[in-house]
Amino acid sequence: MNAVIQLANVSKTYQTGEVAVRAVRGVSLEFLPGEFVAIMGASGSGKSTLMNILGCLDRPTTGLYHLAGVDVAQLNRDQLATIRNQKLGFVFQGFNLLSRTSALENVELPLLYTPGHLPARELRERALRALATVGLAARADHHPNQLSGGQQQRVAIARALVNEPAVLLADEPTGNLDSRTSLEIMDVFQKLNEQGITIIMVTHELDIARHTKRNVIMRDGLVVADTLVTNRLLASVEMQQLDRDHQTANLAP
Amino acid sequence: MRTTATFTMAARALRRNKLRSTLTALGIIIGVGAVIAMVGIGNGAKAQVEAQIASLGENVILIFSGSFTASGVRSGWGGAGTLTIEDAEAIRREIPDVAAVSPEVRTTVQIAAGNQNWATLLIGVAPEYFDIRRWPVADGAVFTEQDVRSANKVAIIGLTTARQLFGNDDPVGQIVRIRNVPFIVVAVLTPKGLSVMGTDQDDVVILPYTSAMKRVMGTTRLRGITVQAARPTALAAVQQQITELLRQRLRIGPGREDTFTIRSQEEIAEAAGATARVMRILLGSIASVSLIVGGIGIMNIMLVSVTERTREIGIRLAVGAHERDILLQFLIEAVMLSSVGGVIGILLGVATSKILAVTAGWPTLISTDAIVVAFVFSASVGIFFGFYPARRASQLDPIEALRYE
Repeated sequence: MNAVIQLANVSKTYQTGEVAVRAVRGVSLEFLPGEFVAIMGASGSGKSTLMNILGCLDRPTTGLYHLAGVDVAQLNRDQLATIRNQKLGFVFQGFNLLSRTSALENVELPLLYTPGHLPARELRERALRALATVGLAARADHHPNQLSGGQQQRVAIARALVNEPAVLLADEPTGNLDSRTSLEIMDVFQKLNEQGITIIMVTHELDIARHTKRNVIMRDGLVVADTLVTNRLLASVEMQQLDRDHQTANLAP
Repeated sequence: MRTTATFTMAARALRRNKLRSTLTALGIIIGVGAVIAMVGIGNGAKAQVEAQIASLGENVILIFSGSFTASGVRSGWGGAGTLTIEDAEAIRREIPDVAAVSPEVRTTVQIAAGNQNWATLLIGVAPEYFDIRRWPVADGAVFTEQDVRSANKVAIIGLTTARQLFGNDDPVGQIVRIRNVPFIVVAVLTPKGLSVMGTDQDDVVILPYTSAMKRVMGTTRLRGITVQAARPTALAAVQQQITELLRQRLRIGPGREDTFTIRSQEEIAEAAGATARVMRILLGSIASVSLIVGGIGIMNIMLVSVTERTREIGIRLAVGAHERDILLQFLIEAVMLSSVGGVIGILLGVATSKILAVTAGWPTLISTDAIVVAFVFSASVGIFFGFYPARRASQLDPIEALRYE
């Protein structure tokens, strides 16, 4: 099977004043379609920089980056924007939804920047379908401030999915959520992955990473471990367990 | 990206901050409104001046007597002056291309009829005067050459004078007394309205100039002579010839100043037109300054908006917006603000002009030119002042923008 993402000896150096900071120092990785990967590491390990490069928000200083067969290392700003629109879906820690804009309009946003003319009805239908995938079709008209954190993150996932990207990138998607809601989000990710969607996620929480299939661990800009997950946790099972615990706790006294 | 979507997004963004958008647009509304109203007032004033000058008649040359010294007492300009009836006759006789000549004397008199009396302006002229000034009678008939030769006691009165003396009665055939001399009213003039100076031209009694000079004023000197040239093209030549003739007749040596003043209607129109033009430019530029201030308001708000919405811009860039999309979005917002403001401003300006015309009695004239220019200008203000903030937005780095708190 051909890799959807290929990184070959990628490095990124930031010039801050006199000092050159080497955030990523030669990373080579391959991700296959249908993989579910967690990139882990302490802060300063270079995982966020790597994520920005993977997300085509930033260009590597040296090295090669092939995304779905396209060499993206040398593309300009607008070409990268088109790649982000067509091939990638983003989920952020802080949700990053447009405030005072309905969930539906938030999900429609990437389609507005898609080349070619999409009739307004198709925009709406595709956005509704994406919202249905994350179980929020009924909340299409709600604004972000009328939704819970977990619901907001699910809207963000729907937005990431609406253009049927090759890869879904998530940067600390559960960082702002409590443990129960985190499980909900991981459940959504696991279900999407079962449908064949490739997901790459940055996290520093080990128990969250244990829901994925493969863990890449970084330190000082280098990959120090790359292992498949054994004893993978299933979010749906955990949630049932959690609900049972709550019921017993309530019944006990 | 699709342009319709950009417009929808811009409109949505403006609606989200209704009060701010309204206040920002208000700068442009006031600016455009002021331009429209001011230019309307300026145009109205200009049109009024032009109409008043046209009311002087066509191809008219006015000659005013100079100051005249008798026994060491100097008369004022145009009073008992240097010109005489013989001068007027000489102009008629000797200068080709003169269509009509009317000597003119003026004084103010107390005029009485029955038990009413009224102070008014008395003018003594020749019958041609009414043709030259295109001032027909409403009722009766103009006095004749015969009346002039015999200095007959006939009078033509203006509408204001007629109302004051006779109320709603028909004045024609009635007797008026001027300094105890009875005159028969032979005609009433059609109303002519206000003069360039703002005086009521209908508050007047007009006699044959001979009657006025002999029977009322007791003078042999004219206040002036009104001449009509045969053709517009002959105006300058006729004016020159009259000057030469009069210098010769009044024995003004070479190098000495004229003791009379000669003005063609064109010169008067030019002077008055220039005044109106200066007024229009002045009003227009004051109003334009307020438009520019409005534009700066837009720029200020757009800059604030770009800073506030840094994260939104980051999200848009992250999901695939090109530089051009962001640039257009903010530019369209600015242009929407300014052009919607422009349209409302035009309505406001037109309304203001109409209200001023009705309440203050100022004549206003709304020209399509002014409306089109004001609209195009306000839209350009949006583009000009919106471009810099929009460009700043489009140049943001997506990573920085997403991190912005």
